[in-house]
Amino acid sequence: MGVLDNFLFVGLPYITLVVFLVGTIYRYKATKFNYSSLSSQFLEESSLFWGSMPFHWGLAFLFFGHLIAFLFPSSVLAFNSHPVRLLIIEISAFIAGLLVLFGLCVLFFRRIFNDRLKPVTTKMDIAIELLLITQVVLGLLVAYTSRWGSSWFAAVLTPYLRSLFVLQPEISAITALPFLAKLHIIGANLVFLLIPFSRLVHLLVVPFHYIWRPYQRVVWNISRRSVRDPNTKWTLHRPKNT
Amino acid sequence: MDVRAQVSMVFHLDKCIGCHTCSVACKNIWTDRKGAEYMWWNNVETKPGTGYPTKWEDQDIYKGGWERNNGSMKLKGAGKLRGLVNIFHNPHLPVIDDYYEPFTYKYLDLIESPAMDDQPTARPVSLITGKPIDIKMGPNWDDDLSGTPDYARNDPNLEGLSAAEQEAMFQLERMAFFYLPRICNHCLNPACVASCPSGAIYKRGEDGVVLINQKVCRAWRMCVTACPYKKSYFNWGTGKSEKCILCYPRIESGQAPACMHSCVGRIRYLGVMLYDADKIESALTGSKNDQELALRQRDILLDPNDPVVIQAAKENGVPDSTIKAAQDSPIYKFVKEWGLAMPLHAEYGTLPMLFYVPPLLPVMASLSDVNNDEQAEKMDPIAKYWNDNWLYDTSTDELWATIDKARMPLKYLANMFSAGDESVIKEALKKLMAVRIYRRWKTVGDIDESKAMAVLEDVGLTTEAVEGIFYLTSLAKFDDRFVIPPAHREQAIEMLEFTGDTKGSTGFGFKEKPLRGW
Ligand code: SF4
Ligand code: SF4
Repeated sequence: MGVLDNFLFVGLPYITLVVFLVGTIYRYKATKFNYSSLSSQFLEESSLFWGSMPFHWGLAFLFFGHLIAFLFPSSVLAFNSHPVRLLIIEISAFIAGLLVLFGLCVLFFRRIFNDRLKPVTTKMDIAIELLLITQVVLGLLVAYTSRWGSSWFAAVLTPYLRSLFVLQPEISAITALPFLAKLHIIGANLVFLLIPFSRLVHLLVVPFHYIWRPYQRVVWNISRRSVRDPNTKWTLHRPKNT
Repeated sequence: MDVRAQVSMVFHLDKCIGCHTCSVACKNIWTDRKGAEYMWWNNVETKPGTGYPTKWEDQDIYKGGWERNNGSMKLKGAGKLRGLVNIFHNPHLPVIDDYYEPFTYKYLDLIESPAMDDQPTARPVSLITGKPIDIKMGPNWDDDLSGTPDYARNDPNLEGLSAAEQEAMFQLERMAFFYLPRICNHCLNPACVASCPSGAIYKRGEDGVVLINQKVCRAWRMCVTACPYKKSYFNWGTGKSEKCILCYPRIESGQAPACMHSCVGRIRYLGVMLYDADKIESALTGSKNDQELALRQRDILLDPNDPVVIQAAKENGVPDSTIKAAQDSPIYKFVKEWGLAMPLHAEYGTLPMLFYVPPLLPVMASLSDVNNDEQAEKMDPIAKYWNDNWLYDTSTDELWATIDKARMPLKYLANMFSAGDESVIKEALKKLMAVRIYRRWKTVGDIDESKAMAVLEDVGLTTEAVEGIFYLTSLAKFDDRFVIPPAHREQAIEMLEFTGDTKGSTGFGFKEKPLRGW
């Protein structure tokens, strides 16, 4: 348990967490205008389909898979106790990983080779794509070399992550993990670290509230009821830019 | 009764000369920026024609607007489930090539070119990639019926016209067209608002202007699909959607919107309409077909002189000055009192609040074969050999005959303005014609009074109404055409956020520079 391990598995996660929270909240408050998914479908449509769809859906599957293993480790272990079910989970996760990899490659080459996309592509976009590709490849390799990750994630990583959240980091189990798995964990930290500095912030504003809001939206600047009453305040909110 | 006020517009199509001054005024103020070059919040298209973006009226392609879904309305190409499922790739999104790739010319090459044998040329370059392009499409590419075989003949409004009728429309000597200026309709049931997953688009309660909050838009781009008029545009530079803001900073300071102010033909009118928000739903869900919906839209609009309406408006907090503006509104007269103006494509279900007076001139101007040899003899030698024997027939002998023999089939106009119901169009055109006949009796005098009066009786207009139509159509002054309600700064200072702070912030009213995210 060297200094390096301590830095990578204790220091880095905390740095990531702080930067992520402060960064995203600050950016949301200070420069709300650039909180956007910056879709490029308007300029290039057909290959986006083959990139964006597998990437996003695959990633959503993997993200929630990791999240569930973190939140409900015992249920995951219980579920996996049956070999058929374990196999189903592992195979579908692996396929999702392949989809993400395929999608990312399409997205990456689209950004590189399409002239129209160059003016809307930043260095950060490329960096993010490369980082994500690395991360997915690592994830696939880990899944392939250290079998039944869905079980050992619940047994090894969940306690580790919990220990981080309760501020009593316990990394002995982590340091014993294979090299590839360690890299995958570090990669995950980097992804979260970069969220506030890239277009990835859009994943924090996924519009689930659309489901329960009424379709039409009418906004009033004045209070219609009190506007005629001299004893009340008329305005509903203060001007934002004075 | 939930009485609300809406700033509403009428465009008098007979008067539009297709000069595009409106489009340029709008472009100069709002969309002369990177990412917005291709946008024309105000555009003027030639009809028949495919418009901008190409074939926007064909909702089988673009999937805009609402559709009837056993007893209720649902969005055709967006909506809660579809919007969220398609958020990673929207299959119905128009792309840049449906509009046109914006371009400029390398003018500097003309100046900096060294001495050569040949003249230097300014090559067109794309404003997106910066590389030379072949221009395949541009603003008003099919202006004045140019490229008719490719454009005008593919007009979606030709649906329902027989092959013979279509042929007749495009015979060279019978060819007729008119201009259709379009801006956002600031609808009562806006599809753009309903489709926005972020809830960034909203309708302002006080004046009904539909706006996109630039700080909340996240480029989910559903509004572009949902607006059947394709008046919500995606700015590829900032990654935000933008649309016509009805020049709200100008309206709030008592000026007419730039397109209206600059209109050369003075075709545009702007004023307040009072409407009953409670009736919107029943009009939408209660009408069995598109024609009925088109008619029931008029019922939502209220009479601003009715004491019951005034009382309800006051209780609802509509300021007295707005009620007064509604009483003076030219829109109310055109739409409700005279029944001359109708919404464009009411069948899309958004309840658009921009109304059009259908064009009479291309319809009425039938042709007759006359023998003008005698006349030609008297002319100079050059004109003599121009043996064009067709003359516009503007005689009024057979009163309504010309309308039925119209050059522009009524069905075509009906497809645009009354969801295919020809009787509505015919009624409006007869009224317009009646005004002309009446004025002809008054000024030219070759029609006698009894005939003029019979015509008025036929269409059910009083002499007062006819004089009113005549006045608003041809003599109206600025203040008659634009009755802008005062914005109540003392009540709502936030309506007047300072908007001149950042060049390129385009009146969206915020201090942060509208720079693309990273
Ligand atoms: S015309 Fe289109 S953009 Fe304008 S309010 Fe209606 S639906 Fe929205
Ligand atoms: S400025 Fe007026 S007359 Fe000219 S094109 Fe526009 S609407 Fe028509």
